[in-house]
Amino acid sequence: MDEELLEQYRNQLKCSFEQLDDTFEDCMLEAFTSLSDQGIKNYLKGASLVCMIGRGFEPVLVYLEEMPQVAKLLGESCLSTVSQAVWDLSRSPNGNSIPPFLNSIAEASHRLGSEELFQKYLDLLFDLAEKTTGSIHGHHTTFPSPGLPLLLANVPYLLNQLSLEGLQNWVDYGVRNYPDHPERQENYFSLQSADSKAILQREHHGTLFIDNERKLNLYLMALWNVKFYMIPYSTGFDELRKPVPYFDKLGVRVPDVLDDIVDDTKKVVTKGIDRYRAILSHIVAHKRCSTPIIADNFSPFQRVAIETLEDSRVELLAMRIYPGLRSIYISLHPRPIEDDCDNKIESCIRHRLAMLSYAILNPDHGYSNPDILECRERFFAAMHESESSTSEMASIAISFIAKTRRQTDQLAKMYFKDTEIDYRDENRHLWIYIELSDDEEMFEDRKHQDKKEEEEEDKGLPPRHYHEWDYNTKSYRPDWVSLYETLHPPGNPADIDALLEKHALLAKRLKQLLDLLKPQQYVRIRYQEDGSELDLDTAIRSLIDFKSGHTPDPRINMSHRNDGRDIAVMLLLDLSASLNETPPGSDKTILQLSQEAVSLLSYAIEHLGDQFAIAGFSSSTRHEVRYQHIKGYSEHWGDHVKARLAAIEAGYSTRMGAALRHAAHYLGNCQADKKLLLVLTDGEPADIDVNDPKLLIEDTRKAVQELDQDGIYTFCINLDPHADEYVQNIFGKQFLVIDKVEQLPEKLPYLFISLTG
Amino acid sequence: MSDQNIEQYLINEEPFYQAQDNEVALYEAAYNSRLPVMIKGPTGCGKSRFIEHMAWKLQKPLITVACNEDMTASDLVGRYLLDANGTRWLDGPLTIAARIGAICYLDEIVEARQDTTVVIHPLTDHRRNLPLDKKGELINAHPDFQLVISYNPGYQSLMKDLKQSTKQRFTALDFDYPSANTEAGIVAKEADIDIETASKLVKIAESARNLKGHGLDEGISTRLMVYAAQLMNHGVAQNDACRMALVRPITDDADILSTLNHAVDAVFD
Repeated sequence: MDEELLEQYRNQLKCSFEQLDDTFEDCMLEAFTSLSDQGIKNYLKGASLVCMIGRGFEPVLVYLEEMPQVAKLLGESCLSTVSQAVWDLSRSPNGNSIPPFLNSIAEASHRLGSEELFQKYLDLLFDLAEKTTGSIHGHHTTFPSPGLPLLLANVPYLLNQLSLEGLQNWVDYGVRNYPDHPERQENYFSLQSADSKAILQREHHGTLFIDNERKLNLYLMALWNVKFYMIPYSTGFDELRKPVPYFDKLGVRVPDVLDDIVDDTKKVVTKGIDRYRAILSHIVAHKRCSTPIIADNFSPFQRVAIETLEDSRVELLAMRIYPGLRSIYISLHPRPIEDDCDNKIESCIRHRLAMLSYAILNPDHGYSNPDILECRERFFAAMHESESSTSEMASIAISFIAKTRRQTDQLAKMYFKDTEIDYRDENRHLWIYIELSDDEEMFEDRKHQDKKEEEEEDKGLPPRHYHEWDYNTKSYRPDWVSLYETLHPPGNPADIDALLEKHALLAKRLKQLLDLLKPQQYVRIRYQEDGSELDLDTAIRSLIDFKSGHTPDPRINMSHRNDGRDIAVMLLLDLSASLNETPPGSDKTILQLSQEAVSLLSYAIEHLGDQFAIAGFSSSTRHEVRYQHIKGYSEHWGDHVKARLAAIEAGYSTRMGAALRHAAHYLGNCQADKKLLLVLTDGEPADIDVNDPKLLIEDTRKAVQELDQDGIYTFCINLDPHADEYVQNIFGKQFLVIDKVEQLPEKLPYLFISLTG
Repeated sequence: MSDQNIEQYLINEEPFYQAQDNEVALYEAAYNSRLPVMIKGPTGCGKSRFIEHMAWKLQKPLITVACNEDMTASDLVGRYLLDANGTRWLDGPLTIAARIGAICYLDEIVEARQDTTVVIHPLTDHRRNLPLDKKGELINAHPDFQLVISYNPGYQSLMKDLKQSTKQRFTALDFDYPSANTEAGIVAKEADIDIETASKLVKIAESARNLKGHGLDEGISTRLMVYAAQLMNHGVAQNDACRMALVRPITDDADILSTLNHAVDAVFD
């Protein structure tokens, strides 16, 4: 480059760092080839601006190095956009984000690919910066956003996994849930917390395994008549060494997500679900047709060749059953270009084998290499009207390797392009190793494992995780709440009997009422045009009408109908701390009154013979929702149940949504025409880790809607006299507020009868 | 009953039936002793076709009644109808069969209510008669009369089962879908299609039958395969014909639809 011109440009760059001088020429050369004259002006102007922020030479250097490429990709207007963004950042407390911001630009522009999207990306970053930059009033100090630099460090990975829209959702979630908790925010944006990963997975583009697990199970059952236990592994976190599918005794490992394969015109060639099916069909074919052979007898090259031919063999056998698989396999198989690998300077072993595999798979392979064609011939000769065998493949493979062996195969420089066949498993099942390693660490491993298993056995029921509705975003927080179900510890059943004794009069009245309600099995329906029997009375009347010249009533038949009660009921008791209060004008706590009411109700329902269960719940943050089993559907209203009911205690908070969902999961398993979930509570849903009072109310409302969709009728009995404000919001019209709590024991059974009668 | 009326119940052309086992001989033996026969099997596996074939082979009239829940005893036996002069008796199909000596075939018997099916009892044991209590008549069955019932043990609910007292009046034949080769032969013959396509259809059907109990109540029947083949005969593309005749009728479940669609594509490449 012209010294004079360079000098001229160097003067335009108002930045005196000497460190820039070394690379300036290279940068300008690149700028010269990719930018217009005006572009170069802007480029140097932008770099001067970046220099002025006063953060050393590094930002300027990164700017100078990266921007020509970026501008070429996104258009030259981004030159000033980026420098202005850096300037803005430097005027905010978030100056520490400038280096990672500049470092992320090259990757981001490459992934986003258009100026418009890039602008949106910048907006997203500034939005995040604004919302998470904190200040403490009175101290006049501002704190930089804890999440922004971490997010920027992860941008290449995130944009690889997510669309910009997905990234926006992922960021929004973090901002919304951890605005004032710096450590959790950091965990979220550095992808360390569980919900961060869960949201990432939800927003991931492509075909998710979890969404399609049933489909794949059905596929295996329908087409191959097998059942596998499938375990997904994450493809996202290992950039260097991509995991591949495999299977062993524990199950089949498959990727957690697969993208559709698109061609240059963005037309979908192979759908993600078909890629899963290809993986599974390949594995099934191995399971059906492969026999393990002893690995110690073969060299590593021989082994890969045997694996390749064995893969081809089992696929051919699978395609004999389902010819349509061929088109899927071909679309997923890489197409190595015949003369692309130079066997003088690099190791072509992978290239040769991939070509061989492709030649076997696709009859229109178009290769002319005589060794490959000959081996292909031998392969098809072996497969002609037979299934051949793994050992026969081994002998073909060995002779192929022997024939095509080059000195350069040993070279460290391996040809990798177009040789990775990612729907095939890694073939660990194919080998038997005689010489097992007897390293000491293996013993340690085993001991450790045994210990772990023992530990796990001691624990009680594992927690169940339920999602929670966030009304702000209109989305679920995945696996947000952990619910622990336990058997309620028993107390003294005689206490409950004493309670019933006390209400003997009420119980007697109830009993009379219940006798009336008991189903009368056979009901006659009269006045039917079609029926099982002639109803003589009406028939004769009609006949007389007819004979006397009037129009007869044609409804002269009658039929019968079975009228039985088929109701399953679940009573869910709120056992939060507020139940220990004594309502004004009463000498008993709400808990005692509830106990009496539930005893009477249970007595009534047992008498009716409906399916009935009782459970209590309380919560202490989302990590611990306690669900206490008091009566199950198969248990009778006996001493065991009474003992548990006698011992109920109140404590903690009311996180109702998860409890409702868990109760519904039991109710859903019942066989009944009508399913009724009664919730007995004394206040609104609330928990100590939730500041927004509306959040849990909205979640409960959502839970009630979910239950409704599952055919479960939810009804709330609320003991809070001021409940009208929120209870209607949650339960619609399905609630009753009992103002005078001392009436509860009397009202509850009557309510039940009127609901179900 | 005039001869002309009997004529309408006779089957003149041989219905195609491919025997799977010795069921033809077994049925003939049962008929020779006039034993009532019960035929069990999944839907569309050829139960009705088998009875038609046997009626043709034995040259006996066949009266078929499709049972349903609203059917009453009088729908089988007969009832009084009112007319201008008062009332008039009309024989039901069971009564007609007993009078003319036909094979009476009650299809899907469990769909009828249990109290209805009890009226067949006197015809199915040594008495072989049918009392018409409303009319005050006792019909002794014609020597050629035979009762055949069929039902599908697969999909009915617990509530719908035959009473033991009904079950134990019948000899039974158990039908299932034929083996793959036989079934392909049946589809090829019935729909006039080449055997290779027919075997592919059978392969799809088998994949659906594997899903029985996992979201499907019934697999793809032989009958549906014949429909698919007939559609192909009219120039419909193979994949489309399979989707229309085999996949869509049997399920609304999106996952199963997708799996079976894939099976169609995998078989017809």
